[in-house]
Amino acid sequence: MRIALVVAAALAALPFAAQAQSSGRDLAASCAMCHGTDGRGAVGYEPLAGMPKQDLVRKLGEFRSGAKPATVMHQIAKGYSDAQIQLIADYFSAQKK
Amino acid sequence: MTRPWDRRDFLKLSGAAAALAAAGCATPMKTKARVVVVGGGFGGATAAKYIRLWDPAIEVVMVERANIFTSCPLSNLVLGGSKSMEDIRHSYDGLRQHGVQVVFDEATAIDAAKRVVKLERGGDLRYDRLIVAPGIDFLYGDIAGFEDAMKARRVTHAWKAGAQTIALRKQLEQMKDGGVFVLSVPLAPYRCPPGPYERASQVASYFKKAKPRSKVLILDANPDVTSKGPLFKKAWAELYPGMIEFRGNAKAVGVDAKSGTVKLEVEDVKGDVLNVVPPQRAGDIAVKAGLITANNRWCGVNWLTCESTAVQNVHVLGDATLSAPGMPKSGSMANQQAKLCASAVVAMINGQTPNPEPKIVNTCYSYVSDDEAVHVASVHTWNAEQKTLTTVPGSGGVSAARNALEGAYAWAWAVNIWQDTLS
Ligand code: HEC
Repeated sequence: MRIALVVAAALAALPFAAQAQSSGRDLAASCAMCHGTDGRGAVGYEPLAGMPKQDLVRKLGEFRSGAKPATVMHQIAKGYSDAQIQLIADYFSAQKK
Repeated sequence: MTRPWDRRDFLKLSGAAAALAAAGCATPMKTKARVVVVGGGFGGATAAKYIRLWDPAIEVVMVERANIFTSCPLSNLVLGGSKSMEDIRHSYDGLRQHGVQVVFDEATAIDAAKRVVKLERGGDLRYDRLIVAPGIDFLYGDIAGFEDAMKARRVTHAWKAGAQTIALRKQLEQMKDGGVFVLSVPLAPYRCPPGPYERASQVASYFKKAKPRSKVLILDANPDVTSKGPLFKKAWAELYPGMIEFRGNAKAVGVDAKSGTVKLEVEDVKGDVLNVVPPQRAGDIAVKAGLITANNRWCGVNWLTCESTAVQNVHVLGDATLSAPGMPKSGSMANQQAKLCASAVVAMINGQTPNPEPKIVNTCYSYVSDDEAVHVASVHTWNAEQKTLTTVPGSGGVSAARNALEGAYAWAWAVNIWQDTLS
């Protein structure tokens, strides 16, 4: 019974994991027109590929609070929830520089 | 890179498409599905690239009539003289590196029942899913005399970057000092809401240097500047005092080539260079394919997937769509819609549920001089109650002020979005 429950929970978690992966990827794709495809290769903007997760989360937080000066990032960062920022940071931190 | 083609399908292909297939395909093998993309602008090219990035087992064929990409964003700088056509043109070769099969041809018809796109030269192209990204075409009939005047080269729209951009720049160069440049703006919605005001700024920037007694007259069908109004008006007053005149509620209804006149509802306005941007609708192929659902002009889509509300298995994106609330018709928006669409298409082909919470960003930069720019930004998210994309409250906004830092970001934005779209 307990095993069955664990298996059921694991199975239920599977599609969710697939979803989380693609939603991190999709959210990160909205940054690419400025920061480059997968956060790489852009000119004039900081690369996001390989940025440690806590750095990206902190910087977006600072854009939202106004602590980090910005021309546009404060306006963009306010469009994402905390959970979405975690997903984006997971995605970029896993990308090769 | 292998080009996997389904043999059965391979045999059915004809013309250019078959030649392309043969060139790239030593051992045809089964693929998951074929997606055909009609149109290689910011929307179509991005969708083609991202489908290949996200699922290389899906075959992607992109059909585009021009053999080179010419960017509408930044094309106003060619009119201002700080950039050349070379700066805004890009090869489609980068897409081929992702395994996108780029076919230079004209899509003349779509048979949704048979799932076939008919090409002018290349025969029939079968698809499992079709993405139509045709951009805009013009409602020439709304402005009496426009088409004849355009053919006589007395008026341009230059609202698709290319030959008309070059022609308009030449007319500005040939205009005498003290002349009047008339720019007529259609009622919203039209492609690139801040575009006309950037253009006015760029022409004024050129006049200030080369023919300082000249004038820019904006005849706007809208009551006021439709995007970044205060920023543009401040720039005009400070950078080009007395040079730019703005008239709202001034809708063009006709053009007279001989007398060089734009006809408004109540008066006629003479100019030395006439630049009349006609009202627009989704590109011709969308009309032929029965994709238009709103006001005889725009294509309704489900904003979770960009799938047409009129025709199954067909997705529409970019300027041709009936925009969701607060969504501009822009290259930036088309690039982002294309990723939403690519993600949904990949999910659907793989039997998965499309991302239920898509989120996309728009940023439009406009140059008010050679080096200073202003922007407007917005973030759009799925709204389950309204069943469309709406802007996230508290997000987005416009520049605090025009400056050269934004000008530098604007140019870098262009370089990066060209790359994100094409290579
Ligand atoms: C319209 C272009 C644009 C888009 C889209 C964009 N950014 Fe930015 N980003 C900028 C600019 C410009 C800066 C520099 C700060 C400023 O002036 O706003 C920046 C800075 C940053 C920085 C700080 C880099 C550093 O080390 O100082 C981070 C982190 C960042 N962006 C993350 C993101 C993420 C994540 C997204 C997508 C959710 C994103 N950006 C989307 C333009 C953009």
